[in-house]
Amino acid sequence: MIIVQVIVGGLLLGAVYALFSSGLTLIWGMMNVVNFAHGDFVMIGMYVAFWVFTLFHGGPLVFGPIAAAVLFGLGVWAYMGLVRHVMTGSLLSQMLATFGLALVLRYSALWAFTSNFRTLPDDLVGGSINLGGILVGMPLLIAGAVALALTVALHLLLTRTSIGSQLLAVSEDRNAAMLMGIRPDRMQALAWGLAGVGTGIAGALFATFYPISPTVGESLALLAFVVVSLGGFGSVPGALIAGLAIGVVQALSAYLWGPVWKDVVVYGLFVAVLWIRPQGLFGKF
Amino acid sequence: MPRRPAYLLWLAVGAVFLAYPWLLDGPFYQRMGALVLLAAISASAWNLVGGYAGQVSVGHSVFYGAGAYLPLLLFTQWGWPPVAGVPAGVAVSVLIALVIGIPTFRLSGHYFTMATVAVAELVRLVVSNWDLLGAAVGLSGPAVSRGWWDLSFRSSVPYYYIFLAVLALVLLATWQMQRSRMGFYLRAIKAGDRAARSLGVPVRRYKLYALMLSAAFTSVAGSLYALMVGFIDPDSGLGILISIEMLIIAALGGAGTLFGPLLGAVILIPLQNATNSWLGGSGSGASYVIYGGIIMLLARYQPGGLMNAWLALRERRQRRASLMGAERAA
Repeated sequence: MIIVQVIVGGLLLGAVYALFSSGLTLIWGMMNVVNFAHGDFVMIGMYVAFWVFTLFHGGPLVFGPIAAAVLFGLGVWAYMGLVRHVMTGSLLSQMLATFGLALVLRYSALWAFTSNFRTLPDDLVGGSINLGGILVGMPLLIAGAVALALTVALHLLLTRTSIGSQLLAVSEDRNAAMLMGIRPDRMQALAWGLAGVGTGIAGALFATFYPISPTVGESLALLAFVVVSLGGFGSVPGALIAGLAIGVVQALSAYLWGPVWKDVVVYGLFVAVLWIRPQGLFGKF
Repeated sequence: MPRRPAYLLWLAVGAVFLAYPWLLDGPFYQRMGALVLLAAISASAWNLVGGYAGQVSVGHSVFYGAGAYLPLLLFTQWGWPPVAGVPAGVAVSVLIALVIGIPTFRLSGHYFTMATVAVAELVRLVVSNWDLLGAAVGLSGPAVSRGWWDLSFRSSVPYYYIFLAVLALVLLATWQMQRSRMGFYLRAIKAGDRAARSLGVPVRRYKLYALMLSAAFTSVAGSLYALMVGFIDPDSGLGILISIEMLIIAALGGAGTLFGPLLGAVILIPLQNATNSWLGGSGSGASYVIYGGIIMLLARYQPGGLMNAWLALRERRQRRASLMGAERAA
């Protein structure tokens, strides 16, 4: 029974991975840019949640939307102020730009907030629930459910709405989209904003059950890369499946061999995927 | 005004590097000089694959760490002189380079970058939990030198000259490569994978060569660090900041230029020292905020780095001079 509980926990955590990874995959698929600051966006989301709670005693329903709004702004700013100017340049300058942003965010947070781990109080989203013999913590259950709903919503937004069609049109062919009266710049900024919202809410969800530290983004970014390459870049459903799978793999390896090895297994899996099926599970290549 | 021959400038620069330990003596400056040269060696090594071939690695710490750990491992296990571990480090690094390079060089450049980060993190985590390699505590070299072959000196000056010799070797190899067929292939690859392939350049193979060469030199840099400091732990040998530093130094000076990484090291290492003492230790992270700011600005305004900016400036001035000469003749 305990193994089922571990798997359920992994699935719920995996849903949050899927939520913030889908922003990375959207940007990568749309403009062939990899945002190396993606994990640090999540970190900023966590700190926004922490400070909103600590200073104003706002609960999850307050700090969730605030984190989403702040990260939407950060995403749009990162695109308009930085990425837009280096997108057409060499791979090196693209990478330097987002990597530099990652360093600035990560170490400004370290400078401002020190390296101490911070946590929101346990009873903020308290309790746990018994689902037919499986004990699941309330914060994790809510985080997983919200993340799953939002990831599905993002997928529906991309496939069922006019805005989504415009976004996909720009990612298919920028010039043709321009001829159809779509403004590529605006759409790409929107994609960055949406990716920001994903990281912001994921950060707020994480903050309810996960210790907050300035360097947490480093491993989260790597995790998002693994999810995206496993799912196939540009594919939100792929990111969802891959996120859930990675969550389960992590939970199982932590349970079987100890928590130290959960990331080792995930990175090993990543290298194995590159060797065996580089286009990912759902990638078109 | 008659033009000064270019070699005079290079002779002067060379003389300054040779005389540096006497120009600025005292242990602090001598040690800093050695560290500048060490950073120049590893950034030049990174430059082979990141600059010339345009394949950006953010995981070179894994090669650096292999080079740093193996000499001290051979010492702690069998009491061998640490220097004997240098070839072993190179061999392990080349092997890791193959594991990363073979699958990813079929794919777009982003995959290579991410694979380097993932492998570097994987190795760091494994080493941090592996008792044979000292786990989180690390490994130490000979506490007391048993003879000259231990290459364990109190002063930084002998290291300075060893590093200078190795740097000269690395730069010579890079220069040779630049002029050879491989140099042209790599520039073609950097300008465009597909175009290069259509002209018959064996793209994957040459990317792999560049990575293997780069890994080998980076490993030597790691070994030199371990020899000088006599101690290595997961942070100082395999931390992600080591990779970031190589990348920033090379990009600041000019990725894909021969002397760019050296220029970057001469600027950045003293700057790092200064910011650490002004802004309260390397633990506060302030110097990395500055690093990040520098590379964001570089990417935005001067992606070629300082060396390329200078070359462009010189070319423009020469063109203007020759234009004026032509006008006068007419």
